[in-house]
Amino acid sequence: MGLLSGKATCNTHGQDSSYFLGWQEYEKNPYDEVQNPTGIIQMGLAENQLSFDLLESWLARNPDAAGFKRDGQSIFRELALFQDYHGLPAFKKALVEFMSEIRGNKVTFDTSKIVLTAGATSANETLMFCLAEPGEAFLLPTPYYPGFDRDLKWRTGVEIVPIQCTSLNGFQITETAIEEAYQLAQKRHLKVKGVLVTNPSNPLGTTMSRNELNLLVNIITEKNIHLISDEIYSGTVFSSPGFVSIMEILKDRNCENTQVWNRVHIVYSLSKDLGLPGFRVGAIYSNDDMVVAAATKMSSFGLVSSQTQYLLSALLSDKKFTQNYISENKKRLKQRHRKLVSGLEKAGISCLKSNAGLFCWVDMRHLLRSNTFEAEMELWKKIVYDVKLNISPGSSCHCTEPGWFRVCFANMSEDTLKLSMQRLKAFVDSITTTLHNQSNHQSIKNSRRRSLTKWVFRLSFDDRVTGER
Amino acid sequence: MAFALSNQEQLLSKIAAGNGHGEDSPYFDGWKAFESDPYHPTKNPNGVIQMGLAENLLCHELVEDWLMNNPKASICSAEGLNEFKGIANFQDYHGLPEFRNAVAKFMGKVRGNRVTFDPDRIVMSGGATGAHETVAFCLADPGDAFLVPTPYYPGFDRDLRWRTGVQLVPVVCDSSNDFKVTMEALEAAYEKAQESNIRIKGVLITNPSNPLGTFLDRETLKDIVSFINEKNIHLVCDEIYAATVFTKESSFVSIAEIIDQDIACNRNLIHIVYSLSKDMGFPGFRVGIIYSYNDQVVSCARKMSSFGLVSSQTQHLIATMLSDDQFVEKFIAESAKRIAERHKAFTWGLSQVGIGCLKSNAGLFLWMDLHHLLKEQTYEAEMALWQVIINEVKLNVSPGSSFHCPNPGWFRVCFANMDDRTMEIALSRITSFMLKNVEAKVPNKKKLCWQRSLRLSMSSRRMDDFMASPCMSPQSPLVQART
Repeated sequence: MGLLSGKATCNTHGQDSSYFLGWQEYEKNPYDEVQNPTGIIQMGLAENQLSFDLLESWLARNPDAAGFKRDGQSIFRELALFQDYHGLPAFKKALVEFMSEIRGNKVTFDTSKIVLTAGATSANETLMFCLAEPGEAFLLPTPYYPGFDRDLKWRTGVEIVPIQCTSLNGFQITETAIEEAYQLAQKRHLKVKGVLVTNPSNPLGTTMSRNELNLLVNIITEKNIHLISDEIYSGTVFSSPGFVSIMEILKDRNCENTQVWNRVHIVYSLSKDLGLPGFRVGAIYSNDDMVVAAATKMSSFGLVSSQTQYLLSALLSDKKFTQNYISENKKRLKQRHRKLVSGLEKAGISCLKSNAGLFCWVDMRHLLRSNTFEAEMELWKKIVYDVKLNISPGSSCHCTEPGWFRVCFANMSEDTLKLSMQRLKAFVDSITTTLHNQSNHQSIKNSRRRSLTKWVFRLSFDDRVTGER
Repeated sequence: MAFALSNQEQLLSKIAAGNGHGEDSPYFDGWKAFESDPYHPTKNPNGVIQMGLAENLLCHELVEDWLMNNPKASICSAEGLNEFKGIANFQDYHGLPEFRNAVAKFMGKVRGNRVTFDPDRIVMSGGATGAHETVAFCLADPGDAFLVPTPYYPGFDRDLRWRTGVQLVPVVCDSSNDFKVTMEALEAAYEKAQESNIRIKGVLITNPSNPLGTFLDRETLKDIVSFINEKNIHLVCDEIYAATVFTKESSFVSIAEIIDQDIACNRNLIHIVYSLSKDMGFPGFRVGIIYSYNDQVVSCARKMSSFGLVSSQTQHLIATMLSDDQFVEKFIAESAKRIAERHKAFTWGLSQVGIGCLKSNAGLFLWMDLHHLLKEQTYEAEMALWQVIINEVKLNVSPGSSFHCPNPGWFRVCFANMDDRTMEIALSRITSFMLKNVEAKVPNKKKLCWQRSLRLSMSSRRMDDFMASPCMSPQSPLVQART
């Protein structure tokens, strides 16, 4: 008899993934402008460090929230005792209003339908526990956030079946891809309980198109399954076409109080939009009362600290602050995004056109020795160990095409970003020469095969294109 | 309509649609009664007094004073603001080093510095609730079981079992020997489980005990350690009430001390669950701790802690507070003193009307013996009496059956979650009730004549009348706690 559980001894926690290995390397040799200027620059962490000064200045102006006081009176005792899993009413109100504001007030949210959780990590796991049995599956478009392997599968026993998206149409979800995923699930004898999408997407940094969202609503209606929309990056949309929440689509289609309405659930968090990952503030929003009830009880396993709820209720209730923050944050993200894109361009590297997120989905296929994941890993190791940049390889995000990398831009200073681009350019310059020399030695047969394959791809793409981008 | 409902239910998992959350237990019903009619000294002086919540309110003003004098503890104050960015950004599941150091030191101090704790073994969790679930996920597979001595905290039914699929097998401890845990009972429970093909993965003890308020003596602890070593199963010790020990007669012995001295014990089997919710009175801050002597469990639990990390803002506050040695020592001593005083006042008040309690030396509650007031020694009679206590005496206490107590008639009564005045009122209500309803008044020693002279006026109100009314009446802008 094993001493520990199966869960403890398996590796479904996903931490053997390269996504985490890169962090480990970074931690051994972290870049510091002064103390370690040749260290590894962290570009694998989707953090938003661009707008802390806005938060700090609000705090400096609002001492009450800071000192457990309201109107000069100490409320320490009340807060210290407050463990009601329904959450602090003032905080929930402020949170749903903030969520609404982010969506241009095109949709409103009801405080009775929101459940507070310890980060989006906990929200996603909790939804799995509520919606699926062990051995059942959720469909996820690839590439997807590596943490989902742990959050959705590890302790729940739920499976993930990928909806393969490719660069041929900007990695958008297509009906064919969803059908193929369904067939794959069938082959694996897995019952599909729902679809989970991240919108805006991690790692793509793009917002989902109305076509894709409508497609999803069609699918879940037809198949009688759930849709979870992880909208953790909803406040990071910095340029057009703008953010369309799944709730907006449902409203447009007059889905209120239909069965499909009850099967759509949103996950949110303040870790990305407000840059507060340490505070562990996540939320589940569901139109289904039973899901809300079950998830609320489950939140006992990961409630949000009352101290934090109180601070944030004061912060988010200040509408002047939130309005300013949302717009200023977007401005800064847009600027920073532009800097990364132009820096990459200078190195001859392009990325997926994106309008959101804290990262770019970078195309380094032309730098691969061969169109394989081994070559991707080889390139990645060079970038981590030699170029000293920790970026995330596409394979860790389950991308089906080798050569894509997620590169974060919002978790460092502008100078550090500049330096990282300089390093990258130097690296690309050095290997382009090598690659060029190598390819001259390659047989013509190979290059012919490649162009034939490309031609075949293009044909099949035209067959199935449905998206607008 | 019916189709729509069942269709809807099918869309949820069995876990979500079932009642494994345990909230149908009478433990929670009393709260519902309280919430619909909560006592308030001026606004609702005839309301129900909450005595079903094991909270520690006795030393909050000490903490408030400390906070006023240490603004740096908050990252949002002028003094602490420079740390805001770093802390707000910190989501490393190892936790802030200063937090782990401070908690390890605190745990040692609470045990009179008889043992030290390694900060690297401190793993965070979403309260002790999250800690227990995580430990179960680490140690057991669905269908496996833990042995738990009765009576035990009702929340375990949810925490250990709900989402994990793990079972709980009771180790029957009853009033005939003051609910002591015996090796015979442990062995019997183990054998019975074996016969039913239930795989036992470990033993779970709460020490000091909830609801008994007693702690295990050294010999019993050593016996339990031998037992689990012999069977090669785990021992999970919930020491959440460690600092609520108020006796001077004997010392609380932590499992940490036992294995420190016992080199034969396989340390890979030993795990401690802790929290600041009871000792410091901070349930709202969700500071749960898993402390395991098994490296693999530490590693696994740490990864799982992603699902319930302590807010870094709170970690910072706790780190600063618990690093202040002077404050901590003063707090621990003063807290024990106040709990002792409250305990004494309450037990004395009860004894004056012939109500006895299990002799206890820890915890935030008394294990009250009312079996002599039962019409018959059944759980139905216990429930009927409980209805009366809520409805007529207007006190929310917790019936022993919700703790899986093998003997009817016992109730857990919390005494540390109210001020002195409210306690006096609670006692006076009990006194009037006893004087009104029981013919003979017997000084505490004998409990013989009760059954004959008993004439309780039983309310005809049914349990259902107390069931959840959807609106909660908040006494403060914050809604009152539930768990």
